Amino acid sequence: MYKRDIYTVLENKKIAKDVFLMVLEGDTQYITAPGQFINILVEGFYLRRPISICDWDDKTITIIYKVVGKGTEAMAEMTAGKKLDILTGLGNGFTAQEGSTKPLVIGGGVGAPPMYGVAKHLIEKGAKPTVILGFTSKDDVFYEEEFKALGCDVYVTTNDGSYGTKGFVTDVIKTLEGYDYFYTCGPLPMLKAIAGATECSGQLSFEERMGCGFGGCMGCSCKTLTGNKRICTEGPVLVKEEIIW
Amino acid sequence: MVNTKVTLSGWELDNPVIPASGTFNFGKEFADFYDINILGTFSFKGTTKEPKFGNPTPRIAETPMGMINSVGLQNPGIHAVIEHELPELKKIFNKKVIANISGYSVEEYVYNCQLIDKEDQVGIIEVNVSCPNVHGGGMAFGTDPKNVYEVTKAVKAVTTKPVYIKLSPNVTDIVEIAKAAEAGGADGISMINTLLGMRIDLKTKKPIIANKMGGFSGPAIFPVALRMVYQVSHAVNIPVIGMGGVSSAEDVIEMMMAGATAVQVGAANLVNPYACKEIIEDLPRVMEKYGIKDLNDIIGIA
Repeated sequence: MYKRDIYTVLENKKIAKDVFLMVLEGDTQYITAPGQFINILVEGFYLRRPISICDWDDKTITIIYKVVGKGTEAMAEMTAGKKLDILTGLGNGFTAQEGSTKPLVIGGGVGAPPMYGVAKHLIEKGAKPTVILGFTSKDDVFYEEEFKALGCDVYVTTNDGSYGTKGFVTDVIKTLEGYDYFYTCGPLPMLKAIAGATECSGQLSFEERMGCGFGGCMGCSCKTLTGNKRICTEGPVLVKEEIIW
Repeated sequence: MVNTKVTLSGWELDNPVIPASGTFNFGKEFADFYDINILGTFSFKGTTKEPKFGNPTPRIAETPMGMINSVGLQNPGIHAVIEHELPELKKIFNKKVIANISGYSVEEYVYNCQLIDKEDQVGIIEVNVSCPNVHGGGMAFGTDPKNVYEVTKAVKAVTTKPVYIKLSPNVTDIVEIAKAAEAGGADGISMINTLLGMRIDLKTKKPIIANKMGGFSGPAIFPVALRMVYQVSHAVNIPVIGMGGVSSAEDVIEMMMAGATAVQVGAANLVNPYACKEIIEDLPRVMEKYGIKDLNDIIGIA
């Protein structure tokens, strides 16, 4: 289920290069799984901005977004008290895999935020996730401490080696043993590399340009081995075995 | 009390507000937001003979006050629509629906329309002539008056329900095309389909849409649509369903003043899933504001 409502910005602050954290207050009852997203109407722009949910509680939603264009630029300027028209509870989100106790939780760039909600959810379910966060460079790194505060082992990689392990998240995966499942969100080449670097199954969250975000326009369809899926509705999370790369 | 009822080819609608094909799928996604029985009716997702996945992604680009889509008629095919979508629709919608039909040859239009004509749930068949004609060099049916005449005539010969031809605005003279549809026996005209548009991503230096171009819709195209509805409704003697950028009750009234008997709402549904509900609820207020007692009094009044 999804719903439109008006939300109030409680906080909006820069946490890394071009990356902002926004806390919104309002009805959160339609959010049912980590990895779901919200769709924000930004004044002066026609289509909504789909942003994944980082964390939520009874009355607040935390999102982390990157300024990539004029719409997110306008979002970065917003201050506390600003009212926003938002659709919540969109997408399928991640599902805790039965029987998995030692999963990998992997986030790349602004694919990292939804993985925070995933890690939190998995810990509540009794699993002990190992977190790998991949970024381009030191200035891009965020949320390492927050993941650690959940009690997870956290590995950070940067492509240029300016922070953490030099290279890609798959360079860390190669060094790990005993994991039994994975959950990930990030750029397409990273998702593909992870699927190739792991023998276990996993869930991967995909991105696509969307029209509506709730299944009305068929703008974000993809083919899978289990049929055509809309990234906004039957996705954004797909299971490794159904993906056609 | 104001009268919002309008009649399309003998079919009385509670109000003239109709979600446009391709922006409402088969209704279910919107029934999750509100009771869709408040709608005049709606036009279901454009349906071809075979199931179609459509175009590669990205299929969507934003524009100032609008959007471009290149979905490419993704649909489950006429047989799945009849066997699955219509029975599902019956559970959430107790009115008749407009069946939007596409095809890549005259034979395909005939095949699809003949099948859908037998369905009690269908009130009007809306024939989308914007598809490329695979036997005619790939040029869209709707850009050639002779093709439009032939498709209309062929479809009319095998159907009993009213047939409305949905016109493409990407032509030199839309009036000529509308007249060809009327000559072919069309019961009405639906217009306009999207305008051909394009955006380029400055970072990649390539078109945003995988297919390079797509259909431009949204409030930005409203004045173009209004002008075309005005021209066509004054040139033909069959009803026109007007659409193109309609987003408010005021737009509905303006479109009717231009000559539309009913009005479709497209892109607005995708930005605000409650768009049609809000327009319908606001319509009596706006009618009273402008001293309109009966919508039928303003059709083509401009």
